[in-house]
Parts: sequence; structure tokens; C-alpha cells
Amino acid sequence: MKILGIESSGLTASAAIVEDGILKCEFTVNNKLTHSETLLPMIREMCRISGMDAADCDAVAVSCGPGSFTGLRIGVATAKGLALAYNIPAIRVSTLDAMGVPLSRITHSIVCPIMDARRGQTYAAAYLDGGSVVKRGAYDIYDYIGILNGLMEDGTKEFIFVGDGVPVFSGMIREKLEGKICFAGPEYNRQRAAQVAELGALMFKDWLLANELTTDSLRALGADGIKCYGGGVMNSDELVPEYMRKSQAERENEMGLLEDAGEHSLKKLRAH
Amino acid sequence: MAENLTDKKDIYVLGIESSCDETAAAVVKNGREVLSNVISSQIDIHTVYGGVVPEIASRLHCENINGVIRLALENAGMGFEDVDVIAVTKGPGLVGALLVGVSEAKAIAYALNKPLVGVNHIRGHIAANYITHKDLEPPYVCLVVSGGHTHLIVVRDYGSFELIGRTHDDAAGETFDKVARAVGLGYPGGPKIDKAAAGGDPKAMEFPRGEVKDHPYDFTFSGLKSAVLNHINQMKMKGETIRVEDLAASFEASVTDSLVSRTLRCARENGLNTVAMAGGVSANSALRKAMQDECDKAGLRCLYPEPVYCTDNAAMIASAGYYDFLSGRWDDESLNAVPDLKLSAD
Repeated sequence: MKILGIESSGLTASAAIVEDGILKCEFTVNNKLTHSETLLPMIREMCRISGMDAADCDAVAVSCGPGSFTGLRIGVATAKGLALAYNIPAIRVSTLDAMGVPLSRITHSIVCPIMDARRGQTYAAAYLDGGSVVKRGAYDIYDYIGILNGLMEDGTKEFIFVGDGVPVFSGMIREKLEGKICFAGPEYNRQRAAQVAELGALMFKDWLLANELTTDSLRALGADGIKCYGGGVMNSDELVPEYMRKSQAERENEMGLLEDAGEHSLKKLRAH
Repeated sequence: MAENLTDKKDIYVLGIESSCDETAAAVVKNGREVLSNVISSQIDIHTVYGGVVPEIASRLHCENINGVIRLALENAGMGFEDVDVIAVTKGPGLVGALLVGVSEAKAIAYALNKPLVGVNHIRGHIAANYITHKDLEPPYVCLVVSGGHTHLIVVRDYGSFELIGRTHDDAAGETFDKVARAVGLGYPGGPKIDKAAAGGDPKAMEFPRGEVKDHPYDFTFSGLKSAVLNHINQMKMKGETIRVEDLAASFEASVTDSLVSRTLRCARENGLNTVAMAGGVSANSALRKAMQDECDKAGLRCLYPEPVYCTDNAAMIASAGYYDFLSGRWDDESLNAVPDLKLSAD
């Protein structure tokens, strides 16, 4: 079983192929390059050098958010195009799950992926032994730290933080969080497609089992011949990012600032 | 890839467009024959906000794009294997919106191992005329008028364009939107003004025809917009009611005069006997009539696309992509969206 993983939710652009629990290849760039220019050339080069063929993949797993809205759409639209043309399913992997779940399987500390959501907010979750202990969401940073403090009643007193929220919030975390804190090093602290592909592979395997499918039977049917989607595995038509936030215009509209929203959008449009 | 394709008799281009608020895909044969043309419009959603909201547009493109492409192939009776070239709008437009189409198109071209062509949206609008007028060939004058663009262009050849005039402030279509909003007609302004103007007197009010000093072919609509808004305010202050039909007709007459006079002069001075129009505003009935009348008087051929090819669509992108492909203007997987893409850029 081969899964292509795509990650472009933050500053890193990354692609990987995982085959039967083995990471066959990964290409990650985190140097302020434009994802739209780099993502597909990275997939091409990665396949060329490793001798892998994206066309042999059974599904495409993509980091669907939260993250930069534009970055998410580049990754998701790339995954949609590949899945549509190859006629294979897409796997919708949460960016927070991909950063938190694999790491939480190799430690008994609570793993806390935190992303900078601006305005004092973080997109965050928390995981213990592979399971979720704080659900994914957009939190005020102090609310989130409060929730983590509450978790220590269960006995766990160690926290590992990963994600681009670390440089932004580490001071506040050190000040307010009562347990033992460590911040992951560069090999763990950013989004990577290997994590997306591996988590996607596990979701895909569960889905195949639950529906008595094999990769061969799936190939024969094609993604369009399948009706029993679920568990994050879907037809690529249905694949969309998980933004966790409405657009500014929608928020303003709900607050009754409709006229301003219209004028604002027209100004933006004119800028183009 | 190239050698095989240039020997091929017929070339089928899958076009993809997502530069503003329409998600569209189409299959076009040899640049002229439309086999399918699917457009998913977001206009009802943006109407709530009085204009296109870029983030909402980008999100909707992402939701709809696969279904739109699928339907375009289905309506053409084709599979991906039958497609020869993938063409996609690379700009100008809203960057977030463009990126959805560009990312999707690159992935499809890579997966199918087919050539990819990034198309200039303005050149796409011009190419819409090749779909409606099978015998049209360069050279000719083309006036591109839409919500985002007002360009007067001499099309020397399929891949050779000379920008003669452009707007210094608002695009023509944008002015329609703003005036429509001011008189309470709502969004989108073009069709609503056009409808109201049909029952009005174009000579009821005298609005200015904007001139740009030292740039005889350029357009300016900000003075006109201010004059209309001032007129509305004055009438309000006097407590008089405005006859919206007359205001719409008089406003439309001013825009039409500016557009038609420059286009005709451009044709005359360049010795060209064909005038084409393109873009959403070219569906405006007063503009069509005025351009046709003036061309008839001057003995020029006046062309415009069918209404469905005036507004944003992917058939025009496939057509322009076909001619770009023939001239060897291909792109690789590093193709990016270019929100401020210039007409002359390759």
C-alpha cells in the first residue's frame, strides 16, 4: 500500500511517499519559497530520485488544516488534481493530528501541537499515547494553557510542544503552565509530509478493513466506483480544507457590518 | 510530447478558469469548436456582500473545481486520456482564486503527463471571439471591457498584442457596479443598469466623457462616477426624485461614447477593418448597438462573442491556450499565479 502525502499548511512545503509502514522518500523545504512554485516540482524530483512513481499510489493524503488559507488550498487543490486524474481516493488529514499523533505514540508525555493563529490565538490540540485529550480548535492561548493545567489532575505532568506557535507563545507557556515543559527540536517542530502520509495510511488501512476492500479491489473499482467513503477517506471532489475560521467578510456580515464588508471587498478587488 | 501532438490532426484542450468568481472548465477542439463549457457561478453568494469577496471566492473554487472539470469532460463525451493539452488561467485576477485553478491544473497535467499552458485571462477574453466567429483571424482591434479590465488592444497575430489604451482609474464594469449601487439597483451593476436604461432617455442628463491628457486612447471613469454621485446627492438635497431609467441611460451613453469613439479611432489610425469586443461589459446592449452603428457607418466589421463567452468562462481559456500551445508557449510544474499579469508578458 503506497500513500502520497502532501503538506503545505505553513511555512514548510513537503511531499512524501509511505509504503507499508516504510517512509520511501520525503522532500521538505522550509526556506520561504512559494509553495505553488515548489510543491509539484518537489513531487516530481522526489519520485525521479527515489525511483517511485506517484501514479502507483493507492491514495493521496493531504494536510487539510488548520493553517494558512492559501497554503492549505495549494496543497488541497494539488491533491484534488492528482486524485482526480489518477482516479484514487483522497485522505483528509488534520494538520494538528499529523504533528501530534505520531509523536505521542513514542512518549508518555502530552504532545501539544500549537500553531500561530494571530491575534493571541492558537490552532491547537493535545494528544496522549496516540489519542486526543484536547480537541482540535482555535483557542485563546491562555484558555488553552488553562485546559492543559486541568489535564494534570490525571497524573501526566510532562508536555512536549511542537509547531510554529512555539516561538510565539513559549514565554507565556513557561509562565503559566505548571508541568514539566519541553520544546521539540527542528526535526520534529514543523509540519512534515511523512507524518501526513503515515497517519493517512493508517486511516486508509482502517477504512479498507471496515469496508472489506483491498488495494487491488479498490484499483479495479477506481475512486469513482466507490460509495462507502468515511473515516477521512473520500472522493477528491469532496475534499476541502479545514479552515477553523470564517472569512473576515462573513464574520463582519454576521456582526451586522454588511456595508463595510462590501466596500472592503471592492477595495480589495480593485487592488488587483 | 510536442512532436506527437503537432502531427496530430485535432487537438483537444481542457481549459480551467478560476480568476475571480466563476469556477469553470471546458473542452475545446482546435481552438474554435466548443465541446463543453461548464460554469459554476458564485454570484448569488457574493451579492450579499455587494461585490466579490476574495477569500470566499477562493474557498468556493476549492469546493467546486473537481465537479466542474468532471462535468466538462462528461459533457464533451471524453475521458482524461482524450485530452491533449491542459490550459489554465494564470492571471490577472485574485491571487487566492487563481492559485486553486493553477494548482489543480498543474497536478492534472503532471498526473497525465500532458503539456500545460498558463493563459493570460485578457487574451482569453479576446480569444472568445474565435469561438463565435470561426473565420476571424488577426489583425483586428479588440476592446476588452469587464469588471476588472478596460483595454484597447491591436491584435497583430494570435500571440502578438499591442496595448493601445487602458483605464487610468476604474474599469468600465466597476463603474457600472458603483453607479448601480448608488441608485439602489444592486449588484452586479452591468445587467441591472442595462435593463433600467432600456426604458430611459440617454439625453436626459449630460454627464462628462472623461479624457486623459496626452493619452488620447486611455480611459478615465472616475470623473463620470463623481458626476453621477453628485447629481444623485443634489437631487436628494432638493427633495426631487430621480428617474433611475433616465440616469442609467445617460450614464450608459457616456461610458459607451468613450469606449466606441476610441475604438473606432484606433481602427482607423491602424488601418484595420475589423473591430471586436470582449469581456462582460461587451454583453451590454447599448454598447453593442452603438459600436455596431458606428462600425456600419465607417464600413468596418463589428464582432462580439455570444453572451456566454463574454463573461468569465473556460472555453475562451482553452481557445487562447490552444494558440499559445501552437506557438510553443508551454509551462512546467513551477507555473505560478500572477495576479497582476500584463498583457504583453509571456
